Amino acid sequence: MSNNEFNLDQFKATYFEECAELLIDAETRLALLQQHPDAVDVEDLHAIFRVVHSVKGGAGAFSFDQLVGFAHIYETLLDKMRQGTIAITEDLITLLLAANDILTRLIQAAQDGVTLTDSNLLDITNQLKSFAEDGSHKQQEKPAPPSSQEPPQQEEQPAPARKSHYTIRFSPKPQLFQHANEPLLLVREMKQLGELSTTVNTENLPNIRKIEPDIAYFSWIFELVTDRSLADVEEVFEFVTDDCELEITVATPEPASAGLASSDEPPHTQGSTDAPEVPATSPVPEGKAAPLSPPPENIPGPLQPAGAPPTAAKVSSIRVDLDRVDRLVNMVGELVITQAMLKQQVDNLPPEFAQYMSKGFEDLGMHTREIQESVMAVRMQPVKSVFSRIPRLVRELATKLNKQVELVTLGEHTEVDKTVIEQLADPLIHMIRNSLDHGIEENAEARVAVGKPSKATVTLSAEHRSGRIHIIVTDDGRGINRERVRSKAIEKGVISPDSALSDEEIDDLIFSPGFSTADEVTDVSGRGVGMDVVRRNITNLGGRIAVQSIPGQGTKFVMSLPLTLAVLDGMIVSVGREKFVISLTSIIESLRPAIKDLHHLSNGATVVAIRGEYVRLVKLHKLFKITDAEKDPSKALVVIAEIEGGRRVGILVDELLGQQQVVIKSLEENYDPVEGISAATILGNGKVALILDVDGLNTMAKAEINELIQEKQNDYHPISEALPPPLIGTHSIEEQREAEIAECN
Amino acid sequence: MALKVLAVDDSKTMRDMVSFTLRSAGHDVIEASDGRDALSKLMGSGRVDLVITDVNMPNMDGLALVKEIRANPTHRLTPILVLTTEADGAKKEEGRAVGATGWIVKPFNPEKLLQVVQKVCP
Repeated sequence: MSNNEFNLDQFKATYFEECAELLIDAETRLALLQQHPDAVDVEDLHAIFRVVHSVKGGAGAFSFDQLVGFAHIYETLLDKMRQGTIAITEDLITLLLAANDILTRLIQAAQDGVTLTDSNLLDITNQLKSFAEDGSHKQQEKPAPPSSQEPPQQEEQPAPARKSHYTIRFSPKPQLFQHANEPLLLVREMKQLGELSTTVNTENLPNIRKIEPDIAYFSWIFELVTDRSLADVEEVFEFVTDDCELEITVATPEPASAGLASSDEPPHTQGSTDAPEVPATSPVPEGKAAPLSPPPENIPGPLQPAGAPPTAAKVSSIRVDLDRVDRLVNMVGELVITQAMLKQQVDNLPPEFAQYMSKGFEDLGMHTREIQESVMAVRMQPVKSVFSRIPRLVRELATKLNKQVELVTLGEHTEVDKTVIEQLADPLIHMIRNSLDHGIEENAEARVAVGKPSKATVTLSAEHRSGRIHIIVTDDGRGINRERVRSKAIEKGVISPDSALSDEEIDDLIFSPGFSTADEVTDVSGRGVGMDVVRRNITNLGGRIAVQSIPGQGTKFVMSLPLTLAVLDGMIVSVGREKFVISLTSIIESLRPAIKDLHHLSNGATVVAIRGEYVRLVKLHKLFKITDAEKDPSKALVVIAEIEGGRRVGILVDELLGQQQVVIKSLEENYDPVEGISAATILGNGKVALILDVDGLNTMAKAEINELIQEKQNDYHPISEALPPPLIGTHSIEEQREAEIAECN
Repeated sequence: MALKVLAVDDSKTMRDMVSFTLRSAGHDVIEASDGRDALSKLMGSGRVDLVITDVNMPNMDGLALVKEIRANPTHRLTPILVLTTEADGAKKEEGRAVGATGWIVKPFNPEKLLQVVQKVCP
């Protein structure tokens, strides 16, 4: 037995990973139960039971005693439920949900190596116990959690100093062999305990023609001299006690009289092997052989077919360590870079050489891209794992807030990168909380009064849209109260009292730092985390969040996230000698503005008029102090990109160099965060290019302008950050405001 | 003697632990994730010296698997160990009733597992 290298820790990672999956499954099933408490599918109960059972099994192996104890109690209740001894009520399902929470926390605690001590744990444990007891009028076995039980035989082993003499009468029942037990192995095991002599009784052996090979006909008497305990001897027969007549007698002093025939093998061969001092004599008690009746009807039937196989299709999958996938993604990233590099070198060759290679390079490029897509697909997971947590959240919140809410979930199979999924949960939960707490009317009467169904609907959906995933939370509540938002924003100093904001801009204020409209902090939404944090988290992921609201009809949050955080379809642009990458998904168009469309404002900003709309220009050469760039907008190019809230900004660049899929290298990991830059990448020529954070650039540009204005005058009212509304005539509001500012001066 | 063991458990953790223990002791291990999977692996792999199976599994549980094996003309005399967390005997009894050779109480340590394997395999 080479177990020295056996280290349990190596299985822990698998275990916790597995637990996470199991919990999701349980959670999903519980959500189903909770939706249809009247029509419970017993298969769901079985599945939840198996989850808890598996958690317990592993926990036992790692000696997570607290987890084992709780899982056992939880499991006991589930077992009774699935057997139908306990009626399923809504209260019970609520308890199960709570129990599942505790289970989740205990698993986390086990992972962190801590012990939970809160009252909630105790409370739920007691509730589970009392449900299990009240519900079943049957026997109440398993009172204590079998935290880390070894078979009891091993524990109370007194280790006797003196050798005992055991006489073991062993008469197998006919079915012994059919359970694949083998007397020979018992003999072998006993021989390891001490000195053994064996007598075999063969008188039940029928005529050779009638012998059935898998029926036991013999019986034995073993004489064993050993210093081991009775429990040890009994353990030898542990698996056969039901399939035999067994009688063990002990004589502690010297071997009792008993004449012994010792035989090693079951058949007739007689001869002394282990007990040479005792001569073989009588075949001993006939009485014991009596129960040996070998009628065929006695054979237990292993004949009935197993339980009806369910029809569920089998999903074949393997589990792979995320590190490995990450390494693969990284390598493929390098491959893409190398490929781009080679391509560039080939392009520099004289045409007569280049043409030989171009076909090959096209193929290589195609395959590289395919590999990359396949590898990315490995990391993709359905958002279901996050969505499955929502139903109970809604249910619990609805109960707490005393509102009637129905949750509709759409597109839960939409796939997105695992890292994105992990970061999705918190903002999503916050959005749902917000919808239930603030979005939906205080009570059903208020809804009915305005002609809505008394039960509110919250829709959660996911969909792919132009290379991004959109997660949308919609409620049919009262919508954003713009008057209140506005006055609150003024009160909190988020905006100045006279700022003119469009409806969308007012709605957008809810994402401002330090903003909360709830007059009193509730324990639902008011957890010290505002929508500004949600927005920041999402922005950090390269995502956007926007809100649309129609007063009286409802609110819609749209969260848009990149499908992956590893690669990006980018447009490479040049500014002077520098090259930058702009995410293709944020680019709307690019154009060379005519001089008449360019308007320079006195605050230093430049706007360009595009089809009746003003778009602020972001001058990269200014922000990043690039001296050799084209500074005249009418000679340069403007890339129009979309920013938060669907607004636009124009990025001034010298040239577009072409689009390319680039591998994202995090700046935070490899360097330090830089304002206006979201990440870096390596281009085909091996040079590093920075990936622009368009929203960040916009903020930088605004800040720069504000500084300019601050310098100009100190008591000005901050200009609305809004871009001007559609053009009327030739003067924009901003120009008018510019005039006003000039007058002030 | 090196044995060919079919290890059946829906929990990857448990399967890993059983396989690792057995492999460290020089045995060959085939893994299956539920009873149905185990049956198909059993059919596809000729002689198997020992089956170690969990009880609670989706698709086909361990007890049904034991019954199936006992009803199979080729494999009906294969030793089968049932993995059970129940120390109180209920599962052992059920296992016995359908024809299991023996059982291993979870949690087990590697020595115990190998010891039990020794017990039922020549």
